[in-house]
Amino acid sequence: MENKKSISEMGWDELVPGAALHSFDGIVEHNLSNIQPEERMYSETSSKSMSVGDWRVIKPVWNSETCIDCQNCWVFCPDTSIIARNKEMKGVDYEHCKGCGLCVSVCPTNPKSLLMFNEYVTVEDALGQWPEKKKKGE
Amino acid sequence: MNSKRMDLNKVEVWDGNMANSQAFRQAEVDVVSAYPITPSTATVENYAMFKANGYVDGEVIMVESEHAAMSGCIGAGAAGGRVATATSSQGLALMIETLYQASGMRIPVVLCLVNRALSAPLNVNGDHSDLYLTRDCGWVSIDAFSPQQAYDMTLMAFKISEHPAVRLPVISNQDGFMTSHTAQNVQPLTDEVARKFVGDYVPVNALLNFDTPITHGVQTEQDWHFEHKAKQHAALMGSKEVIKEVFKEFKELTSREYNLVETYGMEDADIAIVCLGSTFETAIIAIDQFREETGIKVGVVAPRVFRPFPLEEMAEALKNVKGIICMDRSAPGGTVGTLYNEIAGALFNSPNRPLLRNIIYGLGGRDMTVKGLKEIFTELNEEVNGNKETKIQRFVGVRGPELSFYDIKGDK
Repeated sequence: MENKKSISEMGWDELVPGAALHSFDGIVEHNLSNIQPEERMYSETSSKSMSVGDWRVIKPVWNSETCIDCQNCWVFCPDTSIIARNKEMKGVDYEHCKGCGLCVSVCPTNPKSLLMFNEYVTVEDALGQWPEKKKKGE
Repeated sequence: MNSKRMDLNKVEVWDGNMANSQAFRQAEVDVVSAYPITPSTATVENYAMFKANGYVDGEVIMVESEHAAMSGCIGAGAAGGRVATATSSQGLALMIETLYQASGMRIPVVLCLVNRALSAPLNVNGDHSDLYLTRDCGWVSIDAFSPQQAYDMTLMAFKISEHPAVRLPVISNQDGFMTSHTAQNVQPLTDEVARKFVGDYVPVNALLNFDTPITHGVQTEQDWHFEHKAKQHAALMGSKEVIKEVFKEFKELTSREYNLVETYGMEDADIAIVCLGSTFETAIIAIDQFREETGIKVGVVAPRVFRPFPLEEMAEALKNVKGIICMDRSAPGGTVGTLYNEIAGALFNSPNRPLLRNIIYGLGGRDMTVKGLKEIFTELNEEVNGNKETKIQRFVGVRGPELSFYDIKGDK
């Protein structure tokens, strides 16, 4: 698959019939889970290679100070946009996150370690506005 | 091979549905996903019986609607299997959305479409309104005029559909009841010969190939959609050559000859009708009698292959006639009939400019008899000779006052 022509330069005669899109360049190992995403040969036409988070209006911001690495957000995220390695939370993939807020609702900590902010709020500003721990019954 | 073979007689007495079912069985379809509907019910019913009796190793999936039936075929086809189903009329109408997906995704599927009128009013009998509904859906569409042809077409449909240069779904049409429920002599191939003719299914970009994960049914916007539709159309247009090849191979095997355009009496015909389905067979009898009785040279032309439309072959078949009636068996919905449109289009760029008329007939299973066809021949001959004038479109065989439309002054 070396020197592969970019799909954006292809004419009608060069495309894969039926608009089928290969996720990876070449043949992959059967057990893909043994390879970390950054080492996988994602193809140009894989969603991994594309920014598909551009219609998001609110975004989840992660606070590492309160996070307990429970992995709830990683399990529930419908777009595999929670980045975790060796069962440790690393952050949010903003290229693929759609802003659904599911990660926030399943976060069990107090205060929550993921909160939704307007898209234009910087992560630094968001962390500066983080709420205090809620008291019992609050 | 299926683990259990069926010994068939050299000549079997089958109706069009049984012909379909047997072709499915012999092609060793991996998945038949279906929701039976009159008059194609027996295609699936017979096949399910074969399965129940151990003659089919593949899967039969009974689903909750025709939309799901075709979706099941598309899923199993994308997974990498040989797939087929059958439907008619309302079932086809519900399936329409998925028909475009099958062709756009380039999934080989064989659909036996037993032609029936579309509701309302509800009607289970044969006309071509469902066939016409598939006109733009991007499938190859071939037409059988008898049970023997239904067997032959359905068997060949697999070979055409799965050809690497085609990879498009194929509809094998036949007339509801007139063909699907009329038992006639059919000469089948043996299981071994039929299976060998159809060949092994060759998966392309199969979902179940885990070495190369692939996405089917993707979204493309203005950046790539046009190129994909262009490629799909090119494949459909190119399928003409593959169909001719498959017809040729089939003839070598069975001595039964099929052409993109079927003709009878056209060697010396002065006037002709163009039709689809079992009317072609009725026309053969009518033409023989009419020639004997009147000496008027009449012929019939029918597209064996409705899509890709054999435009050049049609123009060639009709190059010497002075008058043509295009017989459309479907309510035209506010314009001329489909065959009229196609034939007018084929002839407009050819040197021959015959008198061209459009008859709407046989809706909802109304019979077109030998006598009825002979009356049509007589009237066409009169008009060609300048002794009669009719409007471009006429309804024939309907009770009540004459119903006709479109009159261009000065046409022949």
